[in-house]
Amino acid sequence: MTPDSLLNKRLVGLFLLGVVLFNYPIISLFNLDVFWFGIPALYLYAFAAWFLLIVLVVIITKFNTKNVHLPRSASKPE
Amino acid sequence: MLGTETILFFSFGYIGLLFAIAYFGDKHAEIGKSIVSNPYIYALSLAVYCTAWTFYGSVGRAATSGLGFLPTYIGPTLVATLGWLVIRKILRISKIHRITSIADFIASRYGKSTTLGSVVTIIAVFGIVPYISLQLKAISASFFIISGFPHTTIPEHFGEIPFLGDTAFYIALILAIFTILFGTRHLEATERHEGLVAAIAFESLIKLIAFLAVGIFVTYWLYDGFGDIFSKAQSNPELRPLLTISHRAGTYANWCIHIFLSMMAVMFLPRQFQVAIVENVNEDHLNKAIWLFPLYLLAINIFVLPIAFGGVMHFGGGNVDADTFVLTLPMAEGKGTLALLVFIGGISAATGMVIVATIALSTMICNDLVMPVLLRLPFLQLAQRSDLSNVVLTIRRGSIVAVLLLGYAYFRIIGGYYTLVSIGLISFAAVAQFAPAILGGIFWKRGTKAGALCGLVTGFLVWTYTLVVPSLVQAGFLSKQLVTQGPFGIAALKPFALFGLQDFDLTAHAVFWSMLVNAMFFIGVSLFTRPGAIEHTQATLFVDVYQYSGDTDSSSFWRGTATITDLRSLLERFLGQERTEGALTEYADRHAIDLKQSLRADAGMVNHVEKLLAGTIGSASARVMVASVVKEEPLGLDEVMDILDETRQVIAYSRELENATAELKAANERLKELDRLKDEFISTVTHELRTPLTSVRSIAEILHANPGIDRDQYNNFTAIIVQESERLSRLINQVLDFQKIETGAMDWQFSHLDFKKIVADALTATQPLFEDKNIRIDRNLPENIPLITGDRDRLIQVMVNLISNAAKFCVDNQGHIVITVSLDPEQLTVHVMDNGIGISDANQRVIFEDFRQIAHATRGRPHGSGLGLAITKRIVEFHGGRIWVDSELGKGSTFSFTLPRKMFQIEV
Repeated sequence: MTPDSLLNKRLVGLFLLGVVLFNYPIISLFNLDVFWFGIPALYLYAFAAWFLLIVLVVIITKFNTKNVHLPRSASKPE
Repeated sequence: MLGTETILFFSFGYIGLLFAIAYFGDKHAEIGKSIVSNPYIYALSLAVYCTAWTFYGSVGRAATSGLGFLPTYIGPTLVATLGWLVIRKILRISKIHRITSIADFIASRYGKSTTLGSVVTIIAVFGIVPYISLQLKAISASFFIISGFPHTTIPEHFGEIPFLGDTAFYIALILAIFTILFGTRHLEATERHEGLVAAIAFESLIKLIAFLAVGIFVTYWLYDGFGDIFSKAQSNPELRPLLTISHRAGTYANWCIHIFLSMMAVMFLPRQFQVAIVENVNEDHLNKAIWLFPLYLLAINIFVLPIAFGGVMHFGGGNVDADTFVLTLPMAEGKGTLALLVFIGGISAATGMVIVATIALSTMICNDLVMPVLLRLPFLQLAQRSDLSNVVLTIRRGSIVAVLLLGYAYFRIIGGYYTLVSIGLISFAAVAQFAPAILGGIFWKRGTKAGALCGLVTGFLVWTYTLVVPSLVQAGFLSKQLVTQGPFGIAALKPFALFGLQDFDLTAHAVFWSMLVNAMFFIGVSLFTRPGAIEHTQATLFVDVYQYSGDTDSSSFWRGTATITDLRSLLERFLGQERTEGALTEYADRHAIDLKQSLRADAGMVNHVEKLLAGTIGSASARVMVASVVKEEPLGLDEVMDILDETRQVIAYSRELENATAELKAANERLKELDRLKDEFISTVTHELRTPLTSVRSIAEILHANPGIDRDQYNNFTAIIVQESERLSRLINQVLDFQKIETGAMDWQFSHLDFKKIVADALTATQPLFEDKNIRIDRNLPENIPLITGDRDRLIQVMVNLISNAAKFCVDNQGHIVITVSLDPEQLTVHVMDNGIGISDANQRVIFEDFRQIAHATRGRPHGSGLGLAITKRIVEFHGGRIWVDSELGKGSTFSFTLPRKMFQIEV
């Protein structure tokens, strides 16, 4: 497995996580009439999950580029 | 104070600044110092996704549906994570095939089809023009509002604003000029516009700053932070329900479909394709952009809810349209400068979108709609014109103006009836129709042109019926009954509740049905149609793009040839002389072709020229143009044979591989077996060596210890010593012989020989054996045996081996050995037959192998090294003959070998 395809798989995994986080039923768990830290639970959850997703993308891409050099224009057939 | 003049001054001043930035960017690009070649500018240019809809409309949406504005921005975040997989693939394909628009992408994938290109263009125009008009509406409305400063007045109906007094009209004109100047300055094979991208990135920055400014103002100036706004909103009966998502049926499905819709939009909106794919400088920029872009979206959305709630609580009642809160809140507080900044931010958001969308649409209209038609019209004789670049540029410029005017007209006629968000969603739903054809096209080779066409057309029709028809009804062009009761009173066909589906909202309903129909037709028709030859090639090139990334020129589809002169003049007509020369020289250098020497261009070069043209006029038109100069040879018998041959070779090659693998496996097995045999051999040989050595030594010790031993015994003992030493040296000789033959070090002495003499010599040598065991010997030799060529000593060795072998297995006193020599024209055959114990079938097969000894149930291991027959076999084979055995257990065996009579080549 090339590091590149590993990055691919990690990002696809992240995508699936995002799909789960932002869809029924997970989102319905936070659809509550309460406030957390002075902010409605649903809003806080939506923005926090969103931010988490972005942070994970940063971590994954950073981690990847630190170790391998990405192919520029021509990747060799495997 | 904020007079109309001030506002106009700043607006046009801002647009002037954009011109300057674009000019600066273009100049830098010309001298090779790109200012846009970094991931930050790339990510900012992607933020052209955020239009006036985001800037003004998000707040409006949030004021009525709480979190309902969010799916539009969560979708792109999810796409960004997938970006590495999908966007990078589209990017790679587009770079290799020089694709410059989404219509070109689809057309190229499905066999460079003109039809498909035009259908996509038409859908895009229908889908995007309302979106453009929405931006113009936003500019016009915001200008109207801010010019009323410090009073907030909301325009009721835009139709009332006089045509020439409408800022939107002038803005549209200025944008047309800007787009023409920086989008169609000259024809480039890459269609990249660095100045434009720089301007767009700048606009993205401005709109973010403006929005954050007003957000901070509302949250921390008007109110006391997030907590304050939300706790006040909680006690507001109008806002309280917005703090959660309603529990009605279909709410989550709507939410989910909206996320899906925005995912499709951020990939397939023509303007997103333009900035993300066409204007991309370096694929690696995607690396950072996949988190920078979502971060931008997050930043621009943080203050949406506070502004929305703040606005509702501030104005109360609903006198003020929530779409305008961003602007009206600072105005209501008398903050003129902030209001102006917001207004400029709104202009940024709107103009950025309009510019990029117009460029993308004009490229499509020119390359995939107008040019293919013009090139095919015989009376225009366009294909024969000497300079076509001006024609292309004129068409581009014309379509830019046309698109903007269309947008303006739509805004005047229909646009006033809709909120910002709903027009935007209609556009999103239109471009989502491209999803099956594109995603299916890059991951599924089986997708065909017919499938793509059917999917697009049916999806588009459903979209029209469920979204456009109702909007026409709303604008009063069609009877209201159509929506309320369904066409001809058929309730199942109501545009808002097709087949009774009522749980979804308008957009989700339309997206669901159109995507369902689209995908079903795409997949279904694809499975029942066969792709043509070009479709097949393109499908492979697209789906397996990473394998063909290198030089795709060689994987050409052109079979024909053309003269280089023809190709050169064709290119010159579109690219001009200078650029043509550059492109051709570059290609020639790369492929070591001397342009001055060669007259004919090979298929690879024709293909390269086609790609260069495709970058300028689209793949379908490029194909038509290249076809006009290439003499495409009909597929002759030879070529068919070539293709078949190639296929056959591939098959043969794979068979060969299989065989080689099998051989390797067998060889490996054999090596293992040999290894085992060698171990056995070593133990046998050492055992055999030890036995005579032990007896020699023990007898020598006896003699040494008993000097007075009597004469008879003494003779007896020394005889044994001699005999055992002979056996020792025989064994060692055999091992050495074998070693010599194996390594090729044997010194062969060839001469003409009388075979009778050899038999006689062998019998003499083995005489003592027969006498010991009392074995009868018969010779059955022909009168005359012609001389043969061979090594005398070795052939005697063969005979001795066979005879002594036969003797070894004969029973004492009953043994009988017959030596027969028969002659035929080709060879001499020698049989040595005995009546010994015989050899089983299984053993017959292995008896000639190295180090083999046949263990006998009662006798145990026979004497000898196990090398006798192996050496014999090698000697016979060296003489060009072969050796075999016939035997039956209990009845005896016959060893036979042949020697060719002709002189044979001596292999040394």
